[in-house]
Amino acid sequence: MNVTSRFAAWSVAATASAVLLAGTALANDQLVKMSQDPAQWVMPTGDYGNQRHTALKQINTGNVKELRPVWTFSTGVLRGHEGGPLIVGDVMYVHTPFPNKVFALDLNDQGRIIWAYEPKQDPNVIPVMCCDTVNRGVAYGEGMVFLHQADATLVALDAKTGKLVWSVKDADPAKGATGTSAPQVVKNMVLVGVSGGEFGVQGHMTAYDIKTGKQIWRAYSEGPDDQILFDPAKTTNLGKPVGADSSLKTWEGDQWKIGGGATWGWISYDPALNLVYYGSGNPSTWNPTQRPGDNKWSMTVFARDADTGVAKWVYQMTPHDEWDYDGINEMILANVKVHGKDTKALVHFDRNGFAFVLDRASGALLQANKFDPAVNWATGYNLQTGLPERVKQYSTEAGGAEHNTKGICPAALGSKDEQPAAFSPETGLFYVPTNHVCMDYEPFKVAYSAGQPYVGATLSMFPPKGEKHLGNFIAYDVNEGKIVWSDPETFSVWSGALTTAGGLAFYGTLDGNLKAVDAKTGKELYKFKTPSGIIGNVTPFEHGGKQYIAVLSGVGGWAGIGMAAGLTEDTAGLGAVGAYKALSNYTQLGGVLTVFGLGD
Amino acid sequence: MTRAHMLAWCAAAALLGATSLQIAHTARAADSPDSERPYTIENGHIDRATFRGYLYYGDACLRCHGPDGSGSSYAPSLVDSLKRLSKQTFEETVINGRMNVGTANDKVMPSFGTNADVVEHLEEIYSYLKARSDGAIGRGRPKKIGETDD
Ligand code: HEC
Repeated sequence: MNVTSRFAAWSVAATASAVLLAGTALANDQLVKMSQDPAQWVMPTGDYGNQRHTALKQINTGNVKELRPVWTFSTGVLRGHEGGPLIVGDVMYVHTPFPNKVFALDLNDQGRIIWAYEPKQDPNVIPVMCCDTVNRGVAYGEGMVFLHQADATLVALDAKTGKLVWSVKDADPAKGATGTSAPQVVKNMVLVGVSGGEFGVQGHMTAYDIKTGKQIWRAYSEGPDDQILFDPAKTTNLGKPVGADSSLKTWEGDQWKIGGGATWGWISYDPALNLVYYGSGNPSTWNPTQRPGDNKWSMTVFARDADTGVAKWVYQMTPHDEWDYDGINEMILANVKVHGKDTKALVHFDRNGFAFVLDRASGALLQANKFDPAVNWATGYNLQTGLPERVKQYSTEAGGAEHNTKGICPAALGSKDEQPAAFSPETGLFYVPTNHVCMDYEPFKVAYSAGQPYVGATLSMFPPKGEKHLGNFIAYDVNEGKIVWSDPETFSVWSGALTTAGGLAFYGTLDGNLKAVDAKTGKELYKFKTPSGIIGNVTPFEHGGKQYIAVLSGVGGWAGIGMAAGLTEDTAGLGAVGAYKALSNYTQLGGVLTVFGLGD
Repeated sequence: MTRAHMLAWCAAAALLGATSLQIAHTARAADSPDSERPYTIENGHIDRATFRGYLYYGDACLRCHGPDGSGSSYAPSLVDSLKRLSKQTFEETVINGRMNVGTANDKVMPSFGTNADVVEHLEEIYSYLKARSDGAIGRGRPKKIGETDD
């Protein structure tokens, strides 16, 4: 931060100090306002509701076929490129996987580099990252850019110069904790989660003071009430208080200390309710026989008071996980009709293949339906108890350790992973990038050792019975709780979606195409093959009165690892012949940002 | 456990007397795949030790080298590697790790010398990957000798 802006920030703080709350609300209001300007994209989630929708409509169903790349930018990094850029005023901020470079690009000058930041990180952090060295993007607030480095350090950079303003160590990579997720700025805080579910971390969400990096609150996913920031009398689960030790009671002995529940997904915020929402990941290890109990609060939707971190309500989607169905996918906040009734909803397309619709104020469970018909581990959910109706045949616990459970759908990568869905207020539909993959899963006993993998299961993956495609891009209606249309894709769809007021839905494919489809019908209207597979999020912006669409390509991540060599034939012989296409025959590594626009 | 520990210890000791460059050089020059077949196959089914190798591969290696040792966007195919590497080089690589970080690369093969599960099951992991590399077993979960063919 340069001297003048620091002084300005300081004097704002000083004048507002008498009414501290008004002061913090101010910073918040500014970002909310910026997020409502469709020319910019100032949060990794687009807006606090994680809707990934733009009001821009210059590019529309009529002219999208004329879309073409107008400039490109190579990041110089080969690994998987998740997330997407931010656009703040005339500047675009582009991040990369390890070594986690950040570039500030000048939109007035064809993406000329204004500044570049590259942290010095110990390369020993690379092998403790789960699956490739991905990073899901930076956040912006108060003239600073916030980066969550692989080594679990959160840094604040001056948005004008790239100079380090502050830096804080969020977690310890020596214990397997790493940074992959995008931070989110809420009020006077920067919120950040942690990765490491495959290394037995005790997952946590932490709020840091935006000006100093000083910790304001930290909430663990499992542990005693004072660590998970639960008020036993006031924190509720489906409307009832959780009571004392709600987490501890669901673990054997001290296992919660290495219990996982990493928080590596996206963060949403409802300013009216002052609640932040996010999910926790799998309980460690992947071997369910080794950790009896419900393993709370892994696999959970958390609604926490933004100021204190205290949980208002929680809901565990997959108690005692047996399949690695992390609950970290984005929570989309939207006001929609659910069964005909206007609802302030939280909509979440979970890895476990169910689309959860909750009342985001009360945490009541309103709907939980499959968003991929292939899902078979449970037949449905009891909305009163919130429990899944499990199918014994697909329980990896039932057969005990070293028993191979066959034909489970979805596979461990979930019916959908971190790649965020979009919500269009115009159509009232959700647009979801999905995986259409099943698995055999065999758990076995493993020892815990700090900083070493703590997985304890092996799996093989294949397409659902009789099918050849591994992904779908779907439109989903929460009013009726059903799929409206579904576009099949050769590979899992691993890119964040975008909807536009121009009637379009955009997404990228693993084989490298950026696609635009008609949001009403799903009809493909445009595609362009970018230099590498797309696992990044499609991002809109406007500059000089013209609308653009930006996307990072650069294959990798869990998708690149699982599919590079193609999937296997399932042991039960259910998969279709010829479905085992190797992704490596379609695309190769390399990070490139492509910006699309219409001709003049 | 002892053998692999010894190996790690020897490699470390050797480093004191020679530069790592020289070691890498000699290892490469002398390297050729072992002809020995540590696994047993009966009607396409494998012995239990090799099967355990498959399990521990899933635990410690899959997330980088991909399903069934087939390689990924992150790390090389070990099915191919074992067509070139000796057992000794394989074991040294797993115990000591390898770093390939520079302007164009940020690849790190971690050292598993302190990971008891890997160290204890290293011979089994090798046996599984060798069987894959020799084409003795295909992709997916191999069947154990005595297991039914359902
Ligand atoms: C964190 C990711 C990661 C994990 C986990 C991992 N490896 Fe590797 N491994 C790599 C990378 C990357 C390379 C290539 C390094 C290079 O480019 O020099 C490699 C190289 C190797 C090589 C040398 C290959 C050759 O052709 O020279 C062997 C052998 C190997 N790994 C075995 C294993 C085994 C066995 C395991 C499990 C016990 C394992 N690796 C786990 C990332 C990993």
